[in-house]
Amino acid sequence: MTATTTISAIRLKTRATPEQRRATFIGIVMVLIAGFVARVFGFGVATGEKATFNLSLPGERVQDLSWEVDARLLALIAAAIIAFLGGFVLRRTHLRWTNLALAIGLGLFALAFLTWAAAGKSFSLVGMLRSTVILSVPVTLGALAGLTSERVAVINIAIEGQLLTAAFVGCIVGSAWGIWAGLFGALVAGALLGAVLAVLAIKFRIDQIIAGVVINMFALGLTSFLARRVLAASPDLNSPGRFSSLKIPVLGDIPVLGPMFFDHNILVYAAFLVVLALHFGLFYTRWGLRSRAVGEHPKAADTVGINVNRTRYRNTIYGGIIAGLGGAFLTLTQVSRFEENLTAGIGFIGLAAMIFGRWMPFGALGAGLVFGFARAIQQKLGILGTPIPSEFLSMAPYIVTIIVVAGVVGRSRPPAADGKPYIPE
Amino acid sequence: MSVDDLPPQPQPEPTLYDRITGVGTSVRRALLIPALAVLSALIIGAFIIAVTDIDTLKIWGSDPGEAFRRTMTGIGRAYKALFVGSLGSTKAITETLFSATPSILAGLAVAIGFQAGLFNIGVNGQMLIGGMAGLWVGFSISVPAFIHIPLAIVAAMVAGAIWAGIAGLLKARTGAHEVITTMMLNFVAIFLVDYLLKTSIFQQPGRNDPISKPAEVTAQFPTLLEGYRLHIGFLIALVAVALVWWLMYRTTIGFEFRAVGFNPTGARYAGMSVSWLYVSVLAVSGALAGIAGVNQVLGLEPYRGLSNFAGSVGFDAIALALLGRSQPLGVLFAGLLFGALRAGGREMQGAAGIPIDLVLVLQALIIVMIAAPALVRAIYRIRTSDQEPTTVISTGWGG
Amino acid sequence: MTGLQLTGITKRFPGVLANDEVDLSVSAGEIVALLGENGAGKTTLMNILYGLYSPTSGQVLIDGEERHFTGPGDAIAAGIGMVHQHFMLVPVFTVAENVILGAEPTKSLGRLDHRKARQTVTDISARYRLDVDPDAIVENLPVGIQQRVEIIKVLAREARFLVLDEPTSVLTPAEVESFIEIVKGLKADGKGVVFISHKLGEALEIADRIVIMRRGKTVAEVKPSEVDEERLAELMVGRPVDLEVHKEPAQPGDVVLSVEDLVVLDHRNRRAVDGVTFQVRAGEIVGVAGVQGNGQTELVESITGLRPSLDGTVGILGADVTTLSPRQIHSRNVAHVPENRQESGLVLPFTVTENIILNSYYEPPISKGIQMDWGEAQKRAGRLVKEYDVRTPSPDVLVSTLSGGNQQKVIVAREVDRDVKLLVASQPTRGLDVGSIEYIHARIVEERDQGVAVLIVSSELEEVMALSDRILVMFEGKIVGEFDESATATEIGLAMLGEAGGDPA
Repeated sequence: MTATTTISAIRLKTRATPEQRRATFIGIVMVLIAGFVARVFGFGVATGEKATFNLSLPGERVQDLSWEVDARLLALIAAAIIAFLGGFVLRRTHLRWTNLALAIGLGLFALAFLTWAAAGKSFSLVGMLRSTVILSVPVTLGALAGLTSERVAVINIAIEGQLLTAAFVGCIVGSAWGIWAGLFGALVAGALLGAVLAVLAIKFRIDQIIAGVVINMFALGLTSFLARRVLAASPDLNSPGRFSSLKIPVLGDIPVLGPMFFDHNILVYAAFLVVLALHFGLFYTRWGLRSRAVGEHPKAADTVGINVNRTRYRNTIYGGIIAGLGGAFLTLTQVSRFEENLTAGIGFIGLAAMIFGRWMPFGALGAGLVFGFARAIQQKLGILGTPIPSEFLSMAPYIVTIIVVAGVVGRSRPPAADGKPYIPE
Repeated sequence: MSVDDLPPQPQPEPTLYDRITGVGTSVRRALLIPALAVLSALIIGAFIIAVTDIDTLKIWGSDPGEAFRRTMTGIGRAYKALFVGSLGSTKAITETLFSATPSILAGLAVAIGFQAGLFNIGVNGQMLIGGMAGLWVGFSISVPAFIHIPLAIVAAMVAGAIWAGIAGLLKARTGAHEVITTMMLNFVAIFLVDYLLKTSIFQQPGRNDPISKPAEVTAQFPTLLEGYRLHIGFLIALVAVALVWWLMYRTTIGFEFRAVGFNPTGARYAGMSVSWLYVSVLAVSGALAGIAGVNQVLGLEPYRGLSNFAGSVGFDAIALALLGRSQPLGVLFAGLLFGALRAGGREMQGAAGIPIDLVLVLQALIIVMIAAPALVRAIYRIRTSDQEPTTVISTGWGG
Repeated sequence: MTGLQLTGITKRFPGVLANDEVDLSVSAGEIVALLGENGAGKTTLMNILYGLYSPTSGQVLIDGEERHFTGPGDAIAAGIGMVHQHFMLVPVFTVAENVILGAEPTKSLGRLDHRKARQTVTDISARYRLDVDPDAIVENLPVGIQQRVEIIKVLAREARFLVLDEPTSVLTPAEVESFIEIVKGLKADGKGVVFISHKLGEALEIADRIVIMRRGKTVAEVKPSEVDEERLAELMVGRPVDLEVHKEPAQPGDVVLSVEDLVVLDHRNRRAVDGVTFQVRAGEIVGVAGVQGNGQTELVESITGLRPSLDGTVGILGADVTTLSPRQIHSRNVAHVPENRQESGLVLPFTVTENIILNSYYEPPISKGIQMDWGEAQKRAGRLVKEYDVRTPSPDVLVSTLSGGNQQKVIVAREVDRDVKLLVASQPTRGLDVGSIEYIHARIVEERDQGVAVLIVSSELEEVMALSDRILVMFEGKIVGEFDESATATEIGLAMLGEAGGDPA
């Protein structure tokens, strides 16, 4: 008896570390989510009601694959697992696994949500996953554009403006001289805006966030102005055509994975290639080592003879080119025409994806897919007719970003010198 | 090299010009650079107008004289409309002041953040949320105007403060960068307003699109001159300018805001609660944004809430705060300039057929040249001996 | 003429003559110590040598041939290597990555050749007995090892001349011993070494020649055998210097500060302070000695309320203040002179007046309710500037225009000019000139004599020993020894390594 009191007195006296407090918070949230999943997704559907997920698209080699599942049963199982994981997190014995538990929990939440929404109906799961991949492309490219310059400590919040301008230029040049010229034009436009950002941030040492805001404002103003003054008068300049799908032999015929990853237009493949190339470049080459050194400790780089500002110029322009690819994707693939403020915040989501992905190329891809998934769900739910207002689904990516940035999913560590101009002594 | 290694730098001697005019270099520069920035922006704008005039471009080859004449006429017509629409008549001037009103208030919101070292990029969202709260007070109760209007404004301030305070709280508790959180809260606010406008609380009965019931007449801001749109919101903005000045330079709160803006670590060591300051700075900023927001629903036709009724006022405010060097009076003058650009821009679009988006381009150019005085200096070959202030957010603009 | 020569180097900054016709030379196999106070122009001279600045006039000669460096790359190519006072290592990189940075061995496609990089580190490490693991992440290494990484970095570039800028200021006494061995090894290998320092003892022990700089000029060149410490100090400062602090024996009164079993985490959640217990009485100066980074910063921040503690208590005048805010602790008559003057002690873009009221702006008479009375503020500032001998043209100039010593006086004035019961001062004289050091030391002793309890934290052992009535030694978050005034530097130095202690408290 006495012993227990002493121990609890010690426990009370010892204050919790931030990591422990975070685990407590996440654990409680997970238990609440479990309750919500059981109550709404589980008991919110009639007993025995089935959700049918279609796993093939029309025109595929393997037809009529589908998966039928008892909606209530699945939700209750998901709730049980989430609750179990939440309890595990609350014990605070394995703090390192907190994030993994949370990620699994959120994945199960999404699955239970889909089953609930599709209960009693049939739903093209593979169609949604394919949309996820397509919608993730501009976000991923935006994030990659951001990380390319942030790795050398130039903050790029001008991604939105770069995407918008590149989309515009790609559209006009594509309409005038053909789609490949349009792609080239978009890349050049991105590079130019990257160079503008670099000059403002490096030569004139304008606060980099201000520089980004200005570029966004300029891009929005100029493209809207030109769209109204030029495109409205000459509509033939606003139909660049589109890159069509290029199915990869064999791989493209794999059920589910084929339509998801191997049956896309060339720009989607290009985006994946950029992810790979950046990962390889950053972590296995001289260019990457030097870039990261410039971003983490520019003075150290300078003292071993690396030209800090030249490296920064170069990478910021590379970032612009990657954004240019994203812009080309917006007007040269599915939509194939330019409209005022066509990007509508994609660049900012890209920025968020960069942070979410912790300044890593594959992280950017993963974050891009998460955001793509949120937007794909939003589009498909309209078809299913769920009672959730679409506005709330539209909000979801932004709220997720806030939560990520607030560190609930773990604190990201930006390059140490991010945003600081380098002034040699 | 640390500062310790160098002895203090001598202050530059005042020049003859300074002694005669009694104007310090800093004041002169504060006026000279913005003036040149505006001038340069207009010149570049003229160039943009010229090269986008497709019909005229086609005849440069065959008849350069005529092409030149047409180009000049085009630019002349555009800028004449810009001038006439902003200053050319009583109506134009009231339109300028009318357009300046939300900009001044939103500009103050951004400026307070800048002075306290916080970049509130979410003024748009705070305007929306504040505006919705004010609107709700505006149509849901009926009391006399002298109660109704202040009540609506207070509701807007509180709502704006809470919305911005979320970002402050997140920064204080978790270190989340306010640029990201306020930017994301902008998007959330846009969708939230769209949703609210379709709920039975707000939506105009019988409509399916996002549009609210109209505010009671007692809540609508009375106009100052019969027949013109200028309303008491402008007077409120003037009062806000004075109050912000008093707050920043004459109160302990302002002292704390400025200290944390220049050096948060130093402020913390001096016993100030930096977390609390982040929350309160953003709350004050959001409250000002809230007034700007309610101004956009209770200060103009149709006195209803519409989708994204804040427009781009909150983003323009960033440019405006920079232009005004985050000083309350500077923001007032910058707001008047932007108001003139917007009022004139409408006329330019109507009378000369130049899309008003050009104003956005002009604003972007102005702000770049303000933020990088070296740019203006390079263009106009102005020589100075003293060092430029280079960073903007992290150090503020003195004071 | 072999070796490295700097002749007639002059460097002018706007309004400042940092170097004035400076001459310096070093030959192969020679160690030259460059001595001077902070601000004497040593760092400027070395930055010119390393291509970071270009001189206003003067020549850099290598083997008698004039060279012009436009950047560090040129200097490196010419065989010059520099170990900076603040290490130029990328914290998140491995040792090998840091060593190859800027001169990377590569394979096809620009891929890094990690094996070759590791080999380079291992080879040099073995040759000079440096014992460094090429795969360790730099930020996880102790400071002493990081310094060796810097040396490897320089040697990997085949430097013939090494410039070591204040290399021992971050090392423990034992680390200094082995460091000196390394430098001697370099000398034996035929390298020319320039050793910048303001520590007289080391210069005497290690150098073949000593060059002394004062106010941007070389004022003397001596052989170690010809001089002693007193004489060197005189040459450095330009007048006879009294290295002692004069004070009467302490007359300790009641306990003012009592710290019990305190545990504090640092920003990476490690136990930086790990169960510390001690007391400070009225009228005594207690000094905390220890190599930087052994928990002193966190200890001070916890006492002053700036950092939450995980366990244990802090008591001031018998009251438990463990969970109070900095402001609440301040109002219990605690003064705090923080470790980093410019980062945490001052708001640099504020005026002297604004900085002087930084801890009293919210109290009458400076504030009247929410409004501030700037007249009162100026009155106070004017009085303190006079009383504390702050050299400033007016209290209305920006504090950033003052010299380091005067900036520190502003902080001290602000903190102690009220009824103080406990004074906590961290690194109170770091980077100051001798005049200011003497002034600040005298002020601290004066406070003690008026019955204030004083806690001094300094990584300069000499300073702790000169000021303190009692010395605590901190090592890895624990107090590993307590000494009285009579203890010797060797005893304390051993304790700083955690190897032996006096009487644990």
